[in-house]
Amino acid sequence: MMKIALYATILLVLFGGLTYIVADLPFGAPPVSDMDDYFIRNGQEQTGANNIVTSIVFDFRGFDTLGEATVLFTAVLGVGMMFRKMKEGEEYEND
Amino acid sequence: MKMTKIVRTTADVFYPFCLVFGLYVVIHGHLTPGGGFQGGAVMATGAALLIVAHAYTDVTRRIRKTALKILEAIGLMMFLFAGLSGILFERPFMGNWMALTGKLFGTPVAHGPNPGDLNTAGLLPLLNLGVGIEVLGGLTIILLYMLSGIKEEKQP
Repeated sequence: MMKIALYATILLVLFGGLTYIVADLPFGAPPVSDMDDYFIRNGQEQTGANNIVTSIVFDFRGFDTLGEATVLFTAVLGVGMMFRKMKEGEEYEND
Repeated sequence: MKMTKIVRTTADVFYPFCLVFGLYVVIHGHLTPGGGFQGGAVMATGAALLIVAHAYTDVTRRIRKTALKILEAIGLMMFLFAGLSGILFERPFMGNWMALTGKLFGTPVAHGPNPGDLNTAGLLPLLNLGVGIEVLGGLTIILLYMLSGIKEEKQP
């Protein structure tokens, strides 16, 4: 019981401290917004996509999306490897 | 393990709508919120619905893991080759050579609000479709693998 109270107090103090620090940070107003303004002003005309998010994700940042798709592919490969069927008589190495 | 007949029928009715809505989100990725990843996830949800309602073995008889693996590879290949295709037209890798040409997917778009046209945005619909196919195959196969333990459960 005392342990739980101690942990709760520590958590509360940490949360309060974090809130106190973060409250002063500006939100939604990046100091350098040249790139954002450029995308918003020219993204629609240059890519022809009405959805500016898609025009950034797939066109301006297309290489990043390629990496994302590769990550998904690799994740599926990993899951397939973990859940594969064991052969008859085969055992885990680290048992 | 099977659910009752009501749940099974409802799942059967909703499965095609799930797929169609996912495909809608994928194809309209360059016009409305959403895109390849989101639409693929919606389509994969349909498989989860089927697995929840039906027995696992009944579902895997319909949805083959091999087909899904092939689908996933096709999706990534489509993305890669769509990106590489710009090289033929002297554009960089992933360069959007189809946009604003006035041909296929090339209708120019003015800045500002407009009703939206599917025939725009150049390479983006193709890339969206590739990612959508890949996410559909990948997420469904992850679901099938992770829920494969259900099939051990026998009905009393």
